[in-house]
Amino acid sequence: MADVAVERNSAAPVPKVRKRGGLRTALKRKSTAAFLMTLPLILLISLLVIYPAFYSLHLATLNKSMQRFVGLGNFQFLFTRETFWLVVQQSCIFAITAVIFKALIGFVVAHFVHNIPAKGQRKWRGMLLVPWVIPPAMSTLAWLWLFDPSYSAFNYLLAGVGVDRIPWTGETGWARFSVILVNIWVGAPFFMIMYLASLKSVPDQLYEAAAIDGANWWQRIWYVTLPMMRNIIAITTLFSLIVTFANFDIVRILTAGGPLDRTHIFATWAFRIGIEGGDIPLGASVSLFMIPILAIAAVFILRDINKRGNEA
Amino acid sequence: MSKKKLSRRQFVAATAMSSAALISAPYIRSANAAGKLNIGFWDHWVPGANKASTDLVNEWAAKEKVEVTIDYIPSQGNKNLLTIAAEAQAKSGHDILAMPTWWPHAQAELLEPMNDVVEALIKQNGEVNGTVAYLGKAGDKWLAVPACVGSQIKGPCSRIDLMKQHANIDVQAMYPAGQAPKADAWTTDNFLKAAEACHKGGVPFGIGLGETSDSVDTVGAFFLAFGAEVVNAKGDVVVKNDNVRQVLEYYKKLMAFLPSDAPAWDDGSNNRWLVSGKGALIMNPPSAWAVAKRDAPKIAEQCWTHGFPVGPKGRFAPYLPYFWTAWNFGKNKPAAKSLLMHLSQPAAVEKLVAASGGYDLPAFEKLTTLKTWAEESPPKGTLYHYPNPHNHQKLSISAAGAPPKIAQQIYTQATLTKMCVRYFRGESMDATLSWAQGELEGFMRS
Repeated sequence: MADVAVERNSAAPVPKVRKRGGLRTALKRKSTAAFLMTLPLILLISLLVIYPAFYSLHLATLNKSMQRFVGLGNFQFLFTRETFWLVVQQSCIFAITAVIFKALIGFVVAHFVHNIPAKGQRKWRGMLLVPWVIPPAMSTLAWLWLFDPSYSAFNYLLAGVGVDRIPWTGETGWARFSVILVNIWVGAPFFMIMYLASLKSVPDQLYEAAAIDGANWWQRIWYVTLPMMRNIIAITTLFSLIVTFANFDIVRILTAGGPLDRTHIFATWAFRIGIEGGDIPLGASVSLFMIPILAIAAVFILRDINKRGNEA
Repeated sequence: MSKKKLSRRQFVAATAMSSAALISAPYIRSANAAGKLNIGFWDHWVPGANKASTDLVNEWAAKEKVEVTIDYIPSQGNKNLLTIAAEAQAKSGHDILAMPTWWPHAQAELLEPMNDVVEALIKQNGEVNGTVAYLGKAGDKWLAVPACVGSQIKGPCSRIDLMKQHANIDVQAMYPAGQAPKADAWTTDNFLKAAEACHKGGVPFGIGLGETSDSVDTVGAFFLAFGAEVVNAKGDVVVKNDNVRQVLEYYKKLMAFLPSDAPAWDDGSNNRWLVSGKGALIMNPPSAWAVAKRDAPKIAEQCWTHGFPVGPKGRFAPYLPYFWTAWNFGKNKPAAKSLLMHLSQPAAVEKLVAASGGYDLPAFEKLTTLKTWAEESPPKGTLYHYPNPHNHQKLSISAAGAPPKIAQQIYTQATLTKMCVRYFRGESMDATLSWAQGELEGFMRS
């Protein structure tokens, strides 16, 4: 389509325009212009994402003092560590639980907002996006004060109604609950806004047809809303899964991986080992271990999207 | 006017000769070092302390005609550790960089030897304590110059009134200002009794059991006091020994008298515990006292910093030294050494200590009796025993004894604290020791 447009607008003689491989022709193509315009971004991403990614791959193949090539030795070593498997397990618990609840809450809240009359909807949308807009490091600090071991505001309120204080970040179960809760609080608005956009694109005629067929509320959700939102749900879930797996700031600020390493996830443990412990190759190996897990998740989720695309 | 043309070959030879002469030129202390010097100092938490460093650097720069730039790098969020890692990777960065505790050893291969500077300073200011040598020296090579700024002892800071009231202990009599300690009765057993009494009195000792340095340092000093070695100097894992069992039993008893949320504490929790008036003792440098002086003066008036209790194998105080280092790829090593010599002179050290309100500790034995510690108040003499002026206790660091690169892992992973918490929470002794054995074996990577 781009080439057609160029040809149509071109004032040059036909043989010259049709000359394949000519620099002028290439520059006149919209695709070339688009490529040139995105080139700065491509270079930036190459510099800030692709280069560090390959560099960390290189680091992961070195020994602790970074003087010797050890191949996959660091990964072999990690597989023998009890704490590593604990981190794998916790990362999965953290990411899967958080994403499920973010999706559920986002879905429900999106419906509520969708049903608010258009006049007041903008205000609600704005307010509900606040947790997602605030930098997580800042909002997590506020949560840290709410969960503080000795001066927790929540415990103060609980004490007011005669409930015993809760060790929010001191006991394994509560600490895991706390970090997941904060992650849900930060991430649910993203799901809400994506689902809301998707809901708005569902044609009203489908609901009307379903109503004529006698579908109840649940059947409308199950047979109309969800199928129409399937792709956006899948993509949002995948995106959130990647971001949640790679989370660092919430756990680092709230628990720093404690108590007894029971809230460490890949990024926080990689930081502990690589930066605080001075074992950069092992830290790089820990962080790279996320890739196969996320790749498997991506294959499953995106394959499903393609299938639906073909069906359509 | 003769027109002599310089050939390419002559130009290359002249450049190489000049470079070689510059590189191999001997370090001369008071020489006009000249050039530029880029410095990365630790960003002091005490207001005004950075200014003292800046003034001293500027004073030296004016004399030596060196253009200096100083970056104050905070330890908040481990920015200093990130800087160290980044500069080590990039082989480029500051000419002088402050490094805490384990980092000179971690970067040993990339650091300029400082034997000429440190040996001259030892001659001038007296010996350094054992922990400074353990952390700052690899074989015969001094990796770094012991820095006054940032170095600290994390001994007990007690409430005079609460210790008297609940534990019947007069900490001022035990550690009188201006005099040698009379603390023979200040044993780990009596410490436990005092902890129990204060717990009953509703003002428990505020000792953390988390994974940050305050918790790790305290537990490390108790391990040393019981002679509980987990990895020996040869690097062998020796965690399954009676001394370790003994200290775990001791800590289990002690933990029963500590705040129940102590496993979740970070390095700020104990400070808040003291300043809020909730506890009778914490293990900290005088930072908590200094905050109390500003925010809760009545509590500050009752604070007394003193020595650690003595255990079956001795009296050990947690000590965290800072170092000043120069990368071997640095661009102006002679000037760096000249400045470090200047900053370590007794007059400069006195200024730095005074600017930090007594927080900073010089490593050299002749510099532990400065007037700042004797005069700081309230109450007068509260910091007299902070710099260990009578060598009453051995300054140590958690996991000391193990080779530094292994000890760093033990320290960073808070292995000793985790052992105590696991055992306290009902895990069997054998299971705790087996877990520790597995962890420690994982730290042997090279």
